[in-house]
Amino acid sequence: MALLEIRSLSKVYQRDSQAIPVFENIDLDIDTGEFLVLMGPSGSGKTTLLNLIAGLDEPTTGAIIVGGEEVTAMSRRQLAAWRSDHVGFIFQLYNLLPVLTAYQNVELPLLLTHLSKKERREHVMTALDVVGLSDRADHFPRQLSGGQEQRVAIGRAIVSDPTLILADEPTGDLDAKSADEILTLMQRLNREFDKTILLVTHDQRAAERGEAIMHLDKGVLTR
Amino acid sequence: MKYARLVWVNLIRNKRRTILTTLSVATALFLFVALRSVNTTLEEARHVGSESRMVVRNAISVVFTLPEAYYSWISTVPGVRRVTWGNWFHGIYQDPRDFFPSFAVDVDGYFAIYPEMVIPEDQEQAFRRERTAAMVGTGLMERFGWRLGQTIGLTSLIYSPEQAWPFTIRAVYTPLPGWTDEAFYFHYDYLYEMSDWVQPGWYVLELDDASLAATVAETIDEHYENSRYATRTETERAFQSGLVSMYGNVGLLMNAVGIAVFFAILMVAANAMMMAARERTGEVAVLKTLGFSDRLLFGLVLAEAATITAIGGVLGVIGAKLLFEGTNFQGAGLLPGFEVKLSTAIVGMAIAILLGLISGLVPAWQAARLPVAQTLRRVA
Repeated sequence: MALLEIRSLSKVYQRDSQAIPVFENIDLDIDTGEFLVLMGPSGSGKTTLLNLIAGLDEPTTGAIIVGGEEVTAMSRRQLAAWRSDHVGFIFQLYNLLPVLTAYQNVELPLLLTHLSKKERREHVMTALDVVGLSDRADHFPRQLSGGQEQRVAIGRAIVSDPTLILADEPTGDLDAKSADEILTLMQRLNREFDKTILLVTHDQRAAERGEAIMHLDKGVLTR
Repeated sequence: MKYARLVWVNLIRNKRRTILTTLSVATALFLFVALRSVNTTLEEARHVGSESRMVVRNAISVVFTLPEAYYSWISTVPGVRRVTWGNWFHGIYQDPRDFFPSFAVDVDGYFAIYPEMVIPEDQEQAFRRERTAAMVGTGLMERFGWRLGQTIGLTSLIYSPEQAWPFTIRAVYTPLPGWTDEAFYFHYDYLYEMSDWVQPGWYVLELDDASLAATVAETIDEHYENSRYATRTETERAFQSGLVSMYGNVGLLMNAVGIAVFFAILMVAANAMMMAARERTGEVAVLKTLGFSDRLLFGLVLAEAATITAIGGVLGVIGAKLLFEGTNFQGAGLLPGFEVKLSTAIVGMAIAILLGLISGLVPAWQAARLPVAQTLRRVA
């Protein structure tokens, strides 16, 4: 059964009077528990598609439905609440808050829930344990390596047990060894915890970790 | 409360900027509270004095005197229970800058009319017995380090200014609240004997009933209307108010300065908040990605601004309070002690928090409306 359904999705950027189409009439289904990799050259619209799925940007036309809810019909407020409940986002540059410790960064999404401090602590320690950083909970991002920072970011993405994990070039800023560890971790999230993952990457080796690969090029999406 | 840490870590992220912004707000609030306290003290000074006591002074100005002969007739006016008189001596002790009010008074009548000064019985008797005796407020004793029984010399700017007048301190009074503790009293008889020419500066009347004030004033002033020394009779409170108004429109000046300071600091705080917010647009976009709503981010930025100004406000209010308590300034004894009233502190804090909310409004709005996708693309 499809967790994510994209129907006739188009995105056109408007620069002054000039219309710049990114893609037109894209259709895509991602099943629950699937690990799909999206590849494509720079500027092909991979990140734009990811942002649209996460409700961070608005499509020009078309619909995105996640778990039966039409994301494209939601208000800004509804989208924020929906993201908090259903989306875990992993960035290329980790985007941890430098003034917070690893623990506090992972805790951020849980601040939006009604969990007690004790419950939040349990969730955070579980997430840090999954990413193998429970011993680094009190470390600030500047005290961690790039690979460790990205693992904290993954901990932050999974701590609220989201329906969908969206990863935008998560290994793009890492050395080969760290990248390999991150990809192994993501595979584990998919296989052990049955997480649905959409991974955007340029890296062929990263792409091989997914169950399926799709290409977005010149506005056309192909398997 | 769970978001308090987020607000706090952002505040201490750039400590120097936060401290400087807080101090600028503290300075503004210090000035505001101090200036407003001057206003409230002056205003309060207008209400010092009794409604059942009246002052008869020269109609031209308080600096002109009245004949001693007026005493007998004023004492017979219906409604007047008791009459006494005093005279401005303008005494200086060593340094002319150390000014304090000094009065030659009718000892027998004066203290019966003024219960605001509490004097030990034995000291009062000692003061009454000796013509060169002086009675001094506790504050003045402390200020100059005088002691009971000490003989001091005062120079008058009005009477025989070429010589020092010797006085022996025989009594120390403790004022009731609202009365100055920095005044100096001595026998009118002493002044009379030592001067070539002197007559009372004003008369003080005690009425049977405060409601008779208008009638008594009218009776006295009409009686002396065409004399060489026309009088002006008013309640002590009105008399005090007249003295305060000699300071000019201080209130207007204070308010103008206060408003100017407020807007200057508003700009400083707003600029600091906008700089802080601009540096963190990437993080705001990340928080939105995590599900932080526009409203929540708006509130967090506002809370940050309000925290800075609230801390600055507390520092400013405490600073002003320490200033007045530390200096114990009483307007040369003519005004009740300057103090930061609770109402002034509350108004100051309200302004501080309002200042924070206004200065945080624009960056909070920008954070709330931040386009996430474009911002993430830019920081990536």
